[in-house]
Amino acid sequence: MKIVVCVKHVPDATADRTFTEEGSTDRESVDSLLSELDEYAVEQALRIAESGVDAEISYLTVGPDDAKDALRKALAMGGDSATHVSDEDIEGSDAFGTSLVLARAIERHGFDLVLCGMASTDGTMGVVPALLAERLGVPAVTHIEELTVEDGTVTGRREGDSATVRVQGSLPAVVSVTDRSGDARYPSFKGIMAAKKKPMETLDLADLGIDAGQVGRAGAWSAVDTATRRPPRSKGEIVTDDGTGGTGLAAFLTAKKFA
Amino acid sequence: MAEILVLVDHTEGVVRKPTLELLTLARRLGEPSAVFLGHDADSATEALGRYGAHKVYVVDAPEVDELLVTPAVDALTQIAGSTGPAAILLPSNPDGKETAARVALRLESGLITDAVDITAGEDGPVTEQSAFAATYQVTAHVTRGIPVITVKPNAAAPEPAPVTPEVEKWDVTFGPASAAAKVLSHSPRERGDRPELTEADIVVSGGRGVNGAENFAVIERVADTLGAAVGASRAAVDAGWYPHSHQVGQTGTQVSPQLYLAAGISGAIQHRAGMQTSKTIVAVNKDQDAPIFELADYGVVGDLFQVLPQLVEEIERRRS
Repeated sequence: MKIVVCVKHVPDATADRTFTEEGSTDRESVDSLLSELDEYAVEQALRIAESGVDAEISYLTVGPDDAKDALRKALAMGGDSATHVSDEDIEGSDAFGTSLVLARAIERHGFDLVLCGMASTDGTMGVVPALLAERLGVPAVTHIEELTVEDGTVTGRREGDSATVRVQGSLPAVVSVTDRSGDARYPSFKGIMAAKKKPMETLDLADLGIDAGQVGRAGAWSAVDTATRRPPRSKGEIVTDDGTGGTGLAAFLTAKKFA
Repeated sequence: MAEILVLVDHTEGVVRKPTLELLTLARRLGEPSAVFLGHDADSATEALGRYGAHKVYVVDAPEVDELLVTPAVDALTQIAGSTGPAAILLPSNPDGKETAARVALRLESGLITDAVDITAGEDGPVTEQSAFAATYQVTAHVTRGIPVITVKPNAAAPEPAPVTPEVEKWDVTFGPASAAAKVLSHSPRERGDRPELTEADIVVSGGRGVNGAENFAVIERVADTLGAAVGASRAAVDAGWYPHSHQVGQTGTQVSPQLYLAAGISGAIQHRAGMQTSKTIVAVNKDQDAPIFELADYGVVGDLFQVLPQLVEEIERRRS
């Protein structure tokens, strides 16, 4: 079974992230790493391979040169190979441009199962898995907490806003998993060393038969007008409980008409 | 007047509050038409009309229950292709966002997700979003096609504008089932007596400091006194103290209530991303250096097991 895991190299979510003047995520000002939510997709791919399924695991990312770091991290966790799509014309792509590049690279590689995280920790849209399924013409088994692959199908539990749904798709399929799907492993020292020897190919738009105008800021179907830092919340009144902390809080809530 | 399509989120015909918010926002842009998928349209029509839906397009077919997301994609694409709306609004939940993205791709139209506000601009709707754990406000607009926008709960207060909707049944041609995910079972979550997390005006949340499932009774007691929903931090959920459906944070539910009370929650970035846009924030925590106090309009450094029962007692005393 050919498994392609899509991963993203994102600015550290615990750092002070900013926007560029063009309204894109600023990737220069803070350190970047493999998006935490993608680690769960890597973990599920490795568990499928460990469950006795004959699986070949490949990682795929789109991004500038240092996005390779995300692939190395994933390879250190396990898996076989990686593909890095890099082209300066991709910069500024919206979810449609990104999903076009990913879909072409997935088709080129061949796939039985595409695994994704539920969303990136920077853009947080969570729509790329659905767009990949749409472009590839296969079932989207998305937002899954418990995943089973057997008999040519993938089955999982999806926790929606108001209901729990069990869903199933026949392979080939696109699957996204949540942070509840199972803790991701840490790379071992051996894994980190082995990752350095695993094959990694780099592709550009021409390799994928995509015109520059279809992607990037020029090919985007929406535009950011302004990105402004929210004024910091003014520091409120902090009291230390001297035995009347609850009474004081009640007075505050009453004054604000909450109680 | 330009038509605005609104995808209805409902549980067996009971329209959920975020849909009423969408109808309210849609009226700023044009004349709302609701798109209802399912069998219980009759019970929903009255509520949709009360909030200004001039039309209700009803799609009632077996596929609606049998397949995930794609029936709504087929329906919206075909209705939009025929009526040419000025925008399509959907709720920002996993189903709504996935539907929106696929509709936008088929219509070759721009997509904006997780809007917290929409206004009418010269070149179509202008949206406001929160980014980077709500530290940024972003305004954006769609530059191509029919703007497809998903809107977060509590983006607007629902305002009635009663009309009698014209109900129109639609026969949708569904895509091949082989390219869709099948729904094997669908279990609506039990609705307790408390308000839903996304819809509540007040949310009371507990975290690591609650220190045990049984201790969440303290949080629930405060919530019930204030008529609030109960939330939990990822740490409390991961520890198995409270159900995941109550998790507030980046990967749980993102809330924006009038009042957010955080008890025993340190305020890690993961949590802040889910509650930072709350209007008033109150925190109770033993650790005076907890980052949650940086956001708090009012904070008590102390033991939540002392402070919260006293809070409940005092509120009840004031009421009696």
